[in-house]
Amino acid sequence: MNIIACVKQVPDTEAQIKVKADGSGIEEGQIKWVMNPYDEFGVEEALKLKEKNGGDVTVISVGPARAMETIRTALAMGADKGVHICDPAFDGADAYVVANALAAVIKTLPHDIIFCGQRAIDDDAGQVGAMLAEALGVPQLTLVTKLEFAGSSVKVIRPIEGAQLSIETALPCVVTAQKGLNEPRYASLPGIMKAKKKPVDVKDAAAIGVATDAKAKVAKTIPPPARPPGKIVCGDDPAQKAAELGRLLREEAKVI
Amino acid sequence: MAKGVMIVAEQREGALRKISLELASTARKLADQTGDEVSAVLLGSGVEGMAAELGKYGVDKVFVGDNAALEPYVTEAHAEVTAKVIKDNDPAIVLFGASVQGKDLSARVAAKLATGLATDCTDVKLDGGKLVATRPMYAGKCFGEVVINAAPQVASLRPNVFPAAENAKAGAVTKVDVAVGEQKSKVLEVQKDTSGKVDLTEANVIVSGGRGMKGPEGYAILEELAEVLKGTVGASRAAVDAGWRPQKDQVGQTGKVVSPNLYVACGISGAIQHLAGMSSSKCIVAINKDAEAPIFTKADYGVVDDLFKVVPELTAVCKKLVA
Ligand SMILES: Cc1cc2nc3c(=O)[nH]c(=O)nc-3n(C[C@H](O)[C@H](O)[C@H](O)COP(=O)(O)OP(=O)(O)OC[C@H]3O[C@@H](n4cnc5c(N)ncnc54)[C@H](O)[C@@H]3O)c2cc1C
Repeated sequence: MNIIACVKQVPDTEAQIKVKADGSGIEEGQIKWVMNPYDEFGVEEALKLKEKNGGDVTVISVGPARAMETIRTALAMGADKGVHICDPAFDGADAYVVANALAAVIKTLPHDIIFCGQRAIDDDAGQVGAMLAEALGVPQLTLVTKLEFAGSSVKVIRPIEGAQLSIETALPCVVTAQKGLNEPRYASLPGIMKAKKKPVDVKDAAAIGVATDAKAKVAKTIPPPARPPGKIVCGDDPAQKAAELGRLLREEAKVI
Repeated sequence: MAKGVMIVAEQREGALRKISLELASTARKLADQTGDEVSAVLLGSGVEGMAAELGKYGVDKVFVGDNAALEPYVTEAHAEVTAKVIKDNDPAIVLFGASVQGKDLSARVAAKLATGLATDCTDVKLDGGKLVATRPMYAGKCFGEVVINAAPQVASLRPNVFPAAENAKAGAVTKVDVAVGEQKSKVLEVQKDTSGKVDLTEANVIVSGGRGMKGPEGYAILEELAEVLKGTVGASRAAVDAGWRPQKDQVGQTGKVVSPNLYVACGISGAIQHLAGMSSSKCIVAINKDAEAPIFTKADYGVVDDLFKVVPELTAVCKKLVA
């Protein structure tokens, strides 16, 4: 089986995000970078499929030089080889550009199934999986929590609002992973050592031949709207506090 | 020249989803600024009757695609038909819901049209006739104002954020020709949640519990409060990972992003990853015995006390208030 896992390097979920004074983006100085948590579910599922059915896992990332660390993390988890699409021309790329860059590389590789995270926790856009599927002309299964491989097809569970869908799709296809799909493994020490010798192909925009102009642009980055300071509800005992809270919710906030 | 605002309505089993009305009202507001029309795409099987309701919420024209192959929703079929209707009618702006279905569909359609998409927006406005879509990024730690330099300009709107208001327009039906070919994906089974509870992403009231609930039994008092407030019970990741609550109840960065009118956090410390999922709630209440818990920095109203004492009292108070 030829399995692809797409990964992105993002700020750690604990990271403080500071908006640049001119609104042109965020201050990157203090940030600790990690693999997008949703991509970890994708990489784990790719490795599980390989362990069960044989084959090969290729990780692909579009990102600056530091994104190599994330590719190495996936290799240390057990992926076999990597492709790093790295070019300053991709700074400010939107999902459309990224999806087309990934597709250009994936088209040159044998592929049965492609995993993405359901969204990256930096721009929170959640578009790359679907756009990649469109660029490859294959079906997409987004927000998957369970996957069964059956030769030329996969059967997945996909929760929607108030229901769960069971869907069968012919391969190749793109699957976007979310929490519930599996428990991502940690890279082992021998894994980390081995990862250093695994091949990673670095390509620039010219090598893959895709346009790099974003269709959607963040014209301005702004801090979140300030919330007025809250009130601590007073009272001598839980009953009094509950009564006062009820009154505030009814009369002041008007939410009940 | 591209003109007007088109919404992609969402329905399930013979009823419009609430987000469809939110889309219609938002589109109406935008279109009125330029004196343009609002149109809607409505796909499924036997859906024509729903056009009138879209009309009631401000839609002038409804493109109805009726075909058994469009029910239940399958991405590729819906994407093909939706993209065709958009191409044939050339709207300047297209709005989807940022629901599970809307997110799945909007990205596929935007890619088909080779245009850009602003996902999960919490505000949209026009600036010199061009769409400016505001959306949370980095889990709400900052916001981006997105412009789209391609046509049409596509955005998806976060459910429960934009008001739905009646504003009657014609809702005139135009049937669209939908030939849907053989699909590579097949829905084998739809397993419905039989609890009768509204999904967290659509709930007006959420009562959430964390590790402070001590165990699965603890949630009974939250269920009671939620029942009185016609709300849905949510959970922190700690509670889900402990197996006390199902994954679908998790609120936060790796769970659901919710925007209810009222979010009551009980025994939840307010880790940054939890805040990521609920900070766009309109009113936040925290009940926690630790006065230093970070949740209080986000709460509109905080109660510092034992939740097992406060919550049942609050349920009794609310019962009287809503009676
Ligand atoms: C990559 C990543 C993703 C994550 N995603 C999510 C996510 O999506 N959602 C999420 O929620 N978390 C997420 N987390 C986990 C997050 O960091 C916290 O660990 C989690 O939110 C803590 O849950 P909690 O508040 O229920 O538990 P705790 O932090 O243990 O807090 C329990 C609280 O209950 C209070 N308490 C205890 N007993 C009582 C009582 N009797 N009365 C009143 N108060 C009481 C305590 O004072 C305490 O504040 C993520 C973490 C990582 C690293």
